[in-house]
Amino acid sequence: MIPQNFEYAAAQTLDDAIKQIAGGAKPLAGGMSLIPMMKLRLATPERLIDIGRLKELNYIRESGGALHIGAAATHHEVESSGLVRGKCPLLSETASHIGDVQVRNMGTIGGSIAHADPSADYPAALQALEAKFVLKSSSGERTVSAADFFVDTFATALEPGEMIREVIVPLEAQGTGVSYQKMYQPASGFAIVGIALRIARSGGKISMARIGVTGLSGKSYRAIDAEKALEGKAGSATEIQNAAALVPQNVDINSDLHASADYRRHLAVVYAARAIAAALSRSA
Amino acid sequence: MNITLNINGKTYSHDVEPRLLLVHYLREVVGLTGPHVGCETSLCGACTIELNGKAVKSCTMFAVQANGADILTIEGLAENGKLHKMQEAFWNEHGLQCGFCTPGMIIASKQILDRNPNPTDEEIRHGLEGNVCRCTGYQHIVNAVKAAAKATGA
Repeated sequence: MIPQNFEYAAAQTLDDAIKQIAGGAKPLAGGMSLIPMMKLRLATPERLIDIGRLKELNYIRESGGALHIGAAATHHEVESSGLVRGKCPLLSETASHIGDVQVRNMGTIGGSIAHADPSADYPAALQALEAKFVLKSSSGERTVSAADFFVDTFATALEPGEMIREVIVPLEAQGTGVSYQKMYQPASGFAIVGIALRIARSGGKISMARIGVTGLSGKSYRAIDAEKALEGKAGSATEIQNAAALVPQNVDINSDLHASADYRRHLAVVYAARAIAAALSRSA
Repeated sequence: MNITLNINGKTYSHDVEPRLLLVHYLREVVGLTGPHVGCETSLCGACTIELNGKAVKSCTMFAVQANGADILTIEGLAENGKLHKMQEAFWNEHGLQCGFCTPGMIIASKQILDRNPNPTDEEIRHGLEGNVCRCTGYQHIVNAVKAAAKATGA
C-alpha cells in the first residue's frame, strides 16, 4: 500500500494554492478520499498541493441570508458547529453520518464534493438544499449549483486548474423539518442508499418538499417528481408511499457486489418513505 | 522533505519521502510501535493517534502533512509512570484480549471523553465506529469508557 512517489508542498496562501493547481498540482485537503486512491494507485498525481491547513479555507459563517462554509471545513466542524446545527440542521445531521470519528476529523466538505463518490453522504443533503459551490481558478471565480456540479461517477463540473473554495447553503426557515436516512455499507460506512429530506408545512399541507438522493446512481440528484407528489398534500401514509415510489423512477441504477439494482431500487423507496415521515414529524 | 514535529512531548526532525505514511514514519523512523498497521485502508482504527488533539488514522495520512504538528501516541499517554485513566479503565474492565486494537481503541476512547465527559452507551458506540476489535471485546470496551468517565468525573 505504498503510493507512487510525488512532489509535495504545503500551500501558505490561497493564491499560492491556485497558482500550483493552475500548474497541474492536485489539491490535497483531508486526504480521506485521495490517499486511499493513491495507496491503491488508482490515483497517481505527480504533484500535491496541501490545502488542508489553509486558514483562508476553513470557516463557517452566516452572511446575506446564507451559510458560507470554507472548502477545508472538516466534517466534524460542520457536524458540531452551533451555527450549522441551528441554521442548517440537515447539513450537520448528514455530516454526522459520514465515515467515523477519525475520518470526520480529517475529511473536508470541499474534498468530499470534488471527489464526487456516488455513495458519498454530503451530495444528498446538498442537492436537497439546492447548495451552490464557489469554484476558483487563476482566471477568477464562478458559482455552480449542486444540480449542475455533479456530472457522473467521480466526474464534476470542475475544470482543470479549478478548485472548490466555498459551499453556500440557505438558512433553514423556522418550522422546516429535515432528515437524512441512510443504509450503511457495513464495512466502509458509505451509503448504499441515502435520502435527504426538507419539508415545510403551511395550513396543514406540505408547502415545500426537497428530496436529495445519493448512492442510487452514478450521481446524486433531486427527486423532483417525488417532491411534486408531496407538495399540496397533508402527508398521509399512502401519500408518503406514493411519493417515495417515484424516487428511483427514470434513473440509471447502480448494481455492484454490495447491492443489485433491484435491491437498491427497493431500498430507495423504503428509505425515502422513512425520511419523508421523519422530516414531516419534525416540521411544524 | 524535512519535517519537524512534536511527538509525545519530544521534538523530532527527519528527512522523509513525501509518500511515507505517518504510521510507517512513527513505527519505522521514530521507533514508536504502539500505532499498529491493521487494515491499511482506514477502516480498522488500529493506527489511531492524536494529531493536534484530534483522533486520526495515521495510515491515511502522509508524514509530511504532520509537519509542525503535535502528536500523541499510546506511548505518550502515561505520565511519570502512572497510567492514564483510560488505560487503567481498559485494564480494570478487561477492555482487551489480544491487545492489537487497544492502542487505537484507547486513543479513540480518550477523544470521546475529551468531547463529552458523560457519554451514553450509544454515544460511546458511535464514537468507536472507526475501531474494529476482532476478539469481540466491544462490551468490555464500552464498560471501560464508562468507567473512565466515572473516574475522571470523580
